[in-house]
Amino acid sequence: MTEPLISARNIKKYFDVKGGKLKAVDGISFDIYPQETFGLVGESGCGKSTAGRTIVRLYEPTEGELIFNGQNIYNLTPKEMQEVRRNFQMIFQDPYASLNPRMTVEDIVAEPLDIHQTYKNRAERSDRVIELLRLVGLNDEHAMRFPHEFSGGQRQRVGIARSLALNPKFIVCDEPISALDVSIQAQVVNLLKELQDELGLTYMFIAHDLSMVRYISDRVGVMYLGHMMELAESDELYSNPLHPYTKALLSAIPIPDPEIQKNRKRIMLEGDVPSPIDPKEGCRFVDRCHYAIGRCRQETPVFEEKSANHFAACHII
Amino acid sequence: MENVLEVKNLKISFQTFFGEVEAVRGITFSVGKKETLAIVGESGCGKSVTANGIMQLLPMPPAFFKGGEIFFNGENLLKKSEKQMQGIRGNKISMVFQDPMTSLNPTMKIGYQIVEGLMKHNKMSREEARNKSIEMLELVAVPQPEKRINQYPHEFSGGMRQRVMIALAMVCNPQLLIADEPTTALDVTVQAQILELMKGLKEKLGMSIIIITHDLGIVADVSDRVAVMYAGQIVEVGLTDEIFSSTKHPYTRKLLASVPRLDMNKNETLHSIDGTPPDLYVPPKGCSFYDRCTEAMKICKDNMPGFYEHSSTHQSRCWLNHPMAQKANSQEGRKGQ
Repeated sequence: MTEPLISARNIKKYFDVKGGKLKAVDGISFDIYPQETFGLVGESGCGKSTAGRTIVRLYEPTEGELIFNGQNIYNLTPKEMQEVRRNFQMIFQDPYASLNPRMTVEDIVAEPLDIHQTYKNRAERSDRVIELLRLVGLNDEHAMRFPHEFSGGQRQRVGIARSLALNPKFIVCDEPISALDVSIQAQVVNLLKELQDELGLTYMFIAHDLSMVRYISDRVGVMYLGHMMELAESDELYSNPLHPYTKALLSAIPIPDPEIQKNRKRIMLEGDVPSPIDPKEGCRFVDRCHYAIGRCRQETPVFEEKSANHFAACHII
Repeated sequence: MENVLEVKNLKISFQTFFGEVEAVRGITFSVGKKETLAIVGESGCGKSVTANGIMQLLPMPPAFFKGGEIFFNGENLLKKSEKQMQGIRGNKISMVFQDPMTSLNPTMKIGYQIVEGLMKHNKMSREEARNKSIEMLELVAVPQPEKRINQYPHEFSGGMRQRVMIALAMVCNPQLLIADEPTTALDVTVQAQILELMKGLKEKLGMSIIIITHDLGIVADVSDRVAVMYAGQIVEVGLTDEIFSSTKHPYTRKLLASVPRLDMNKNETLHSIDGTPPDLYVPPKGCSFYDRCTEAMKICKDNMPGFYEHSSTHQSRCWLNHPMAQKANSQEGRKGQ
C-alpha cells in the first residue's frame, strides 16, 4: 500500500476543567492515505471534533505526534507551522457562525490568500476568488455579497471555496452537512466528492450521521469517550462490525424503509454516555456493554488488528 | 376509523414588516384513534407552524389564522376561548418539543413542573400529584424517580430531559400527543431509546400521535400514515407503505433518493434536489415544486394541481397523475426540452 499522507500517533488532548481533567481525546492513532476519505463517527461528546481540531493543530495537543511529509508537525515553530498549514484546511459545521457577517464573500474567500501573500495585485486576487466560486457552483456576482444574503447550502459552499483557496492536500470536514436540510445535504456531499476527484483531495469527514459517513468514506473510525473503538474499511465496518458499541450504534440508525424497519432487531443501549472528566481505568464502554466481563473494568483493551485491516479495542473479540 | 383530530383547509399566515408570509396554505388531514401520523418536510415548510397552530401556541400577532377549521373530537378549536383552550392544552392534547433544554424551566425542580399540570387540570392535591408524577417518571424509565423529582433540569442528560418532557406531556393522559422533532437534538442510540419508549406508551395508553420530523428513517420506524409537506402545503399523504413503495409525488421521490441508506450500494450517486424552496412572501401560482422538479410540464407553472386519489388512503397533489399527463410525457411539453 502507498505511504500514508498523515499518521497520527497516540494523540491526546486534555482540557482543564473544574473538578479534574476532561480527557476529550485520550490516545488515538491512525493513518490517512492520499486521496481517501477517512470518516470519524461517534455520539456527541465522544471527542471527534476535538480530534479533528487537534490534527490541524487548532488545539495544541497534550501528547502525541502527527507525521506529515516525514516530520512531526507538533514540534514546528509557529513560523514553520504557518508554511505547513497551507496543506491543512477545515470546513466547519455551522455555516452561519463560521463566516464573518461583516465581510464580503470575496474577502472571506481571499483571506487565506491575504495571509499567505499568494498574489501580486488585486486583479490576480479577484481572479482567483472567482475561479474558486465557480469551482463550488456559485456565480461571479456572489463575490460582492454578504453572508446573510445566502441560504445555508450556499454558505457552506462559500466555506468550501475558502478552504480550497491555497490548494490544500488535506481537509478536515467537521460535520459539514448536519446544519443543512436533507435535500441540500446531498448537493454538498456530491460537491465534496466531485472536488475530491478533480483536485485529488484527502478528507477527514467527521459526522454523527452514520449512513452519510458510510456513503462518503473509504475507511471509518468509531470513537467513544475519547478512545478509538473500531476502525476498518467502510463496507467491512458496516457489514461486519466487531465491537459491541459499533453493533449497537449501527442497529440504532433508522432505515427509511418500513419493510426492513419492521423486521430489524435493535440492540438497545442502557443509559447515556458517561462523563469524560477523569474517566476510570478500563474499557470506556463497560457500563453500557451487554458482554462486559470482569477484565473490562480493570484494564483498558488494546487497539489492535483483529483481522486484516480491521482494528478494534475489545477484550472479548 | 373514528378521527380524534380533523384539520380542514387550514391557513396560517404571519404579518411581517415586509408583507404577509403564507406559512401554511390550506392543509387538510386527520388523525385516527391510536394512530401515528408523521408529518415530514424540510425546514420552513410549515410543519411546526401547523403543530403550534393546533395547540394555538403561535404568537398572535404576527401570526393569524387566515382560514380553515380544526376539529378535535368534533369541536372546532378555533372557536374556543383562551380559557377553554387552557383546559385542553396539556390535558387533552399535549406537546413534546424539539429541544428539551429550552422547553423545561431551568429554575424549577422537574417535580414541580410535572405536578403543576396535574394540580391544575385534575384538581389533585400536592401529595397525590407527587405520587402520580413519580409513577409517570417510572413509566418513562427515569431511574430513581423519588430522588430525581427533586432535581433541576441541568442535572439531567439530554436523553433523560426528553424523557421528563414526555412524562410531562403524558401525565394527564392526553388523547393526542404532538411531538415536534422529539429526537433531533439527541444521539442515535438515545434516539432509539426514546422512539421505543413512545411506541410502548402508545400501546399502553392508547393515544394518537402526530410526529413531526425530517428524518425518513424515523417515519418508517414509528408511523402508520405519512403526510409530506412542501412550501406550506401537503403534497402527498398515504399509509407509510404506500408512501415508501408506491411514491406518487416527485418531491417525495426525490426526498427518498437524497438520503443515503445503510443498505445502499456505495457507487450509486446520491440524487440532490437542485435549488431551494420557494419564497412564501410571494407563493407561486402553480405547483410550488415547479422550479425544482425535473418532471415539470407546462401546465405546472401557472396552475395549482388538485389532489388525485390513488387509493382510499393515498392522495397526491401533482399534475402527472392527470389522465392527460401520460400523453404529455411521451410527447413534447416538458420543461427545458
